[in-house]
Amino acid sequence: MANPASITGQAASAGFARGPIHVARPQDQAYVAKASPEEEVAALAAAVEVAAASIAEAMGKLSGDAADILEFQLAMLEDGTFTEAAAELISSGAVAYEAWKSVLEDEIETYQSSDDAYFKARSADLSDICQSVLSVLSGEAAQSIPAGAIHVDRDIAPTRFLAHDWSRGGGVVLREGSVTSHVAMLARARGVPMIVGIGDSEVDDGEDALLNAQAGELLVSPDDAQIAAFKDLHSASARGLSDAEARASEPAVTGDGEAVQLLVNIADPSDVERISIAHVDGVGLMRTEFLFGGDRGLPDEETQLAAYRKVLDWAGGKPVTIRTIDAGGDKPVEGYTIAEDNSFLGVRGIRLSLAKPEVFRVQIRALLRACRLGVLKVMLPMVSVPGEIEEVRALFAEEAAELARQGVAHQMPQIGIMVEVPSVAITPERFAAADFFSIGSNDLTQYVLAASRDNARLGNLATSDDPAVLSLIANVTRFGETNGLETSLCGDAASELELVGLLLGAGLRRLSVAPARVALVKAAIRRWSRDG
Amino acid sequence: MTATAISEVIITNEVGLHARPSVKFTKLAKTFPCTVEIAISEKGPWIDAKSIVKVMGTKAPKGTRLLLRADGEQSTMAVAALIALVERDFDEGSGHGEPG
Repeated sequence: MANPASITGQAASAGFARGPIHVARPQDQAYVAKASPEEEVAALAAAVEVAAASIAEAMGKLSGDAADILEFQLAMLEDGTFTEAAAELISSGAVAYEAWKSVLEDEIETYQSSDDAYFKARSADLSDICQSVLSVLSGEAAQSIPAGAIHVDRDIAPTRFLAHDWSRGGGVVLREGSVTSHVAMLARARGVPMIVGIGDSEVDDGEDALLNAQAGELLVSPDDAQIAAFKDLHSASARGLSDAEARASEPAVTGDGEAVQLLVNIADPSDVERISIAHVDGVGLMRTEFLFGGDRGLPDEETQLAAYRKVLDWAGGKPVTIRTIDAGGDKPVEGYTIAEDNSFLGVRGIRLSLAKPEVFRVQIRALLRACRLGVLKVMLPMVSVPGEIEEVRALFAEEAAELARQGVAHQMPQIGIMVEVPSVAITPERFAAADFFSIGSNDLTQYVLAASRDNARLGNLATSDDPAVLSLIANVTRFGETNGLETSLCGDAASELELVGLLLGAGLRRLSVAPARVALVKAAIRRWSRDG
Repeated sequence: MTATAISEVIITNEVGLHARPSVKFTKLAKTFPCTVEIAISEKGPWIDAKSIVKVMGTKAPKGTRLLLRADGEQSTMAVAALIALVERDFDEGSGHGEPG
């Protein structure tokens, strides 16, 4: 039996798991050549079939738009064109792996060189198709994650994460990864424990392990005392959770009787299936990056409208704040974002939207049309100067006029801003043209402390409870209150129970949290009172 | 009955013959026993309308004049059905939303 070892990373999704370690096999597994061209062709056909079957399976678990995209990928895979072209290369001496890669790369090239942004964006789908078959060929995807295991991997694709049934326990430990990645958001929304950034720590397959994703710690081969302590911690946390869940439908009121509005963050429309609208006061942040996700390409107006409609219908008249596409920084979108050396200080968020108005206008039209279907508010990410609000308002006005001319029903939403750049937090009065403020504590923290939030080595430097960050939060909240500008906070800080009291202390009375955290944050609010 | 049917249609769908429209187009084409081909110029190349890889490969944007030809059983019906689908903007919600 190996000695106990403690491995630390960053907590990406709180929770506890005990199970055997499952180490993902390395990505660059070598393809083993077959004995004859006939066998190569057969191996390719079989791999395509396996890849298609796994897409079909994932499709069943996803909702509307995402399922449509997978249906497209499936249709592309089942089409014989690629396999026929690959078979030709195989007959002239290539192995299945090279042949498939070469055929798909040529095809991807033709998409990437297209002038049409929509077709260009589809190159990501083709990369996905290409990669999924190559993975099967090299034997990688054949290994599924065993139920209840703690999966250790360099990173994990959202589709792979979604394809696994996490209801039987287990968790995720990533060597790289980021707490702000799409997959980390999915894990938080579903309450799957996840830590990221453990680096090259040695972890062996099959070893018993304890994952305390609250503390960002993985204990491998724990001794009896560690197991007992873990069980205590886990059951105390489970008790806290079940107590909190029992009161999840009650309003959030502080210990001294002040009402707090508690809203939910939606990263993907399917998140709404995991939470009751009766438990929250609305949606404080609906991200739209899922629509633009790397594997799905640029969405058309109807696709966007359908996604917004789904959440507005679910909200049943409660407010839904939809954030315009916040790409760039650590959220690249193929065919849309610009590769930059210093992407966090580059063309991201509203800067990118304004730089690519042809893409932004599609989203604006979908938002204007969706506004009639409920209480929709639009939120702009990464605003850093007041002129950006004016520019966006002008675009909304132009698109509204165009829709009116076409006789398409629409309505002008409230337009507010994320407060995540220090320039806004320091002088909020210059941004009073916004209809509301929502503090993005993750970015605000990294910009105030000059510590990149995707750098695992700086994990302890950039924390939202830093006095400088809290002082700015209080400054913005105070300005909002005196001037009747609704102010909320939708960053991860609101989901961290230790920080909830500090945020309430800074004056905030409107918090937006991850779906799996609603009950726990309500409980933390009830424990807090002004006098401490 | 066997015959060759030829016709043409202008793509009015906002995003052209994009992913979802291509899925619908090729699915419909596959329901007919005849061969169905499309081209974006009389000079060709004529490509198999039942292959999504090839149909997407035309990267036909809005405004493209799409030529269709079918040969074999039910060719007339096939061409009529596919033209109707393109004219309905692939049932993508009329391109510009609910009337109102």
